[in-house]
Amino acid sequence: MPQPEAALFVTCLADLMRPEVGFAAAALIARAGFSVVVPPQGCCGQPNYNAGDKEGARTLARAAIAALERFETVVVPSGSCGGMIAKHYPHLFDADDPWRARAEAVAGRTLELTQFLARHPLPDAPKRPAGRIAYHDSCSARREMGILAEPRQLIAAHTAGEIVEIADAEACCGFGGLFCVKYPEISARMASEKTAAIAASGADMLVAADLGCLLNLGGTLQREGAPIAVKHIAELLAGEP
Amino acid sequence: MTALDFKARAHAAMNDARLAPALKRMKSHFQMGRALAAQRFPDFEMLRDRAAAIRRRAISAMPDLLERFEANATAAGASVHWAADAAEACAIAARICRDNGVKRAIKSKSMATEEIHLNAHLKREGVEPVETDLGEYIIQLRGERPSHIIAPAIHLSKEDVAETFRAAHADLAPDRDISGRSELVREARIKLREAFLAADAGITGGNMLIAETGTILLVSNEGNIDLTATAPRVHIAVVGIDKIVESWDDAGIVLRVLARSATGQDMSSYVTCLTGAAAQDEDGPKQSHIILLDNGRSAMRASNKAEMLACIRCGACLNHCPIYAATGGHAYGGTYSGPMGAVLTPLFDGLSENADLPSASTFCGRCEAVCPVRIPLPMLLRHWREDAFAAGIPPRGERWGLGLWRWAGRAPWRYRLATRMASWGLRTLGWLQRGRIRRLPLAGGNFTASRDLTPPAGGTFQSRWRGER
Repeated sequence: MPQPEAALFVTCLADLMRPEVGFAAAALIARAGFSVVVPPQGCCGQPNYNAGDKEGARTLARAAIAALERFETVVVPSGSCGGMIAKHYPHLFDADDPWRARAEAVAGRTLELTQFLARHPLPDAPKRPAGRIAYHDSCSARREMGILAEPRQLIAAHTAGEIVEIADAEACCGFGGLFCVKYPEISARMASEKTAAIAASGADMLVAADLGCLLNLGGTLQREGAPIAVKHIAELLAGEP
Repeated sequence: MTALDFKARAHAAMNDARLAPALKRMKSHFQMGRALAAQRFPDFEMLRDRAAAIRRRAISAMPDLLERFEANATAAGASVHWAADAAEACAIAARICRDNGVKRAIKSKSMATEEIHLNAHLKREGVEPVETDLGEYIIQLRGERPSHIIAPAIHLSKEDVAETFRAAHADLAPDRDISGRSELVREARIKLREAFLAADAGITGGNMLIAETGTILLVSNEGNIDLTATAPRVHIAVVGIDKIVESWDDAGIVLRVLARSATGQDMSSYVTCLTGAAAQDEDGPKQSHIILLDNGRSAMRASNKAEMLACIRCGACLNHCPIYAATGGHAYGGTYSGPMGAVLTPLFDGLSENADLPSASTFCGRCEAVCPVRIPLPMLLRHWREDAFAAGIPPRGERWGLGLWRWAGRAPWRYRLATRMASWGLRTLGWLQRGRIRRLPLAGGNFTASRDLTPPAGGTFQSRWRGER
């Protein structure tokens, strides 16, 4: 029986900054029993959408929709870009625009990586030690896509790590895309409050499913000299290559 | 309107050593209060749904409901005045004072009167207004504006308040101890009692206008509203037209979400309902004037920010906002602060001067998650950003960058070229800075101001996946 196909929408940040997250996500999708396809792709359009450039966002969204619409399943290793496609794409186009139906179709088939793995479980494998893990929910995963249990269940099922909760877990880390460049002082304050809460949790590793949060928090932890490792959940679950 | 822009005000606020601990206390106190209140209620989410529906129904029927309110309030003996803008509302209030020989007025907390700068106007007209809400009284003495809609002096410590009273109360004995909270309250009470007894008019706002009986409903915790509205011979209420609800049943539902969302109380200590004026042989004000304030609200109702009119001014969005928690309310530069202020201030004071307010948000969505009437605040902020972008307000560098990104994204080869060049650039910077980038060029320098950036370990994912390396 042929394996079902799943498209990996890798996101700009993984594509450019952390290619290993893309490879880890692809490995997990394959382990879940899917044949991974990476169609030629660009940006989902969120930077333009959030900056008020709705027409620019539409342009980028049309390109992404055209690249993704032939797949039954689209997997995104980010709640932020995943939320853009699954929740915001339909709102980009008026009801009478033919792109509206295409946007809705792609939105309905798009899953964030941990959502996908919750629906298509990984085969059992020996649990690797992972220490004390602080799991940070991105705002878009938590509030836009309603993802809360999935990553924690995956970590518990596939690693021997212990999850410690971060105080004031609902607070934003301060990344916010262009926000961290436009309002660096406020962003830095938010990030340092979060890293203080992470340090206070006693964790020796920070795990999240969004590279924006991870580049922000990982970079802040590194600048602060905190001895806390940082991993995307795809890397944690896929294990060392 | 203000000499400094948002970023400069935020910078000053974030470097104010006394502000940060005050904001931290405020945040944990209000957040926990709301969370516990929501938990205690059997089905708070359903209550929010009902309140949200009631407020939207009221906004959609606003013109009819306001006319019903006017008819019923007038029948009960009140005088209803319509004010199109701030200047007209101030002029009406001043005229009422003049016609009735009012020299001294007391006031309860009212954001509508802050919005129209009523105190300054009345002073120019020879009327001395005294704020009777403790927080408002303190900031009035200091010549400041409220920094939080329900806790106007939240930015001050009790030491600040003691200093303020010492400076303002000439008869306060130098050796009297006012270092504690209760001593401060006692000192304010002494002064305010004099003001209550001497006042010719009482000025209030209004939390709701109940159309079916022409009633103004007010909530408070200090009891000063009852006295303000009923002790003097003239009562003037300044209320935004968005505060309309159809019925007492509706008001009851809104009341149940209001205090829970604001302070975490099941109900405020006082709920004051005022219908009409007192008869000659009754206690209470012989004249009741209700000034219905539009000031941009009708225009908002016709715009894509209409849902903002559903706001019941509870402050939950401020209490859960990470930007507000970092900067406090004064950084916003307007009457209202936090997410609701970031939607309202561009409307009242202009978008081009206030474009930073809707822009300074990570769209974290916590405000919408706690809003008792489910206003999609991030979406309204997004609408302002779209207006600003269409008007060419964002800085040229930002617009240029977005245009380039859009151009690159239209064709896969351009995106590939851009990301491969960026990847090469970052790896080169990483090599130059020994594996960890401490300084990025251009706007990226704002990222590395407080963070390191580990450069990518190899070429882009897409190029490696396709074996193009």
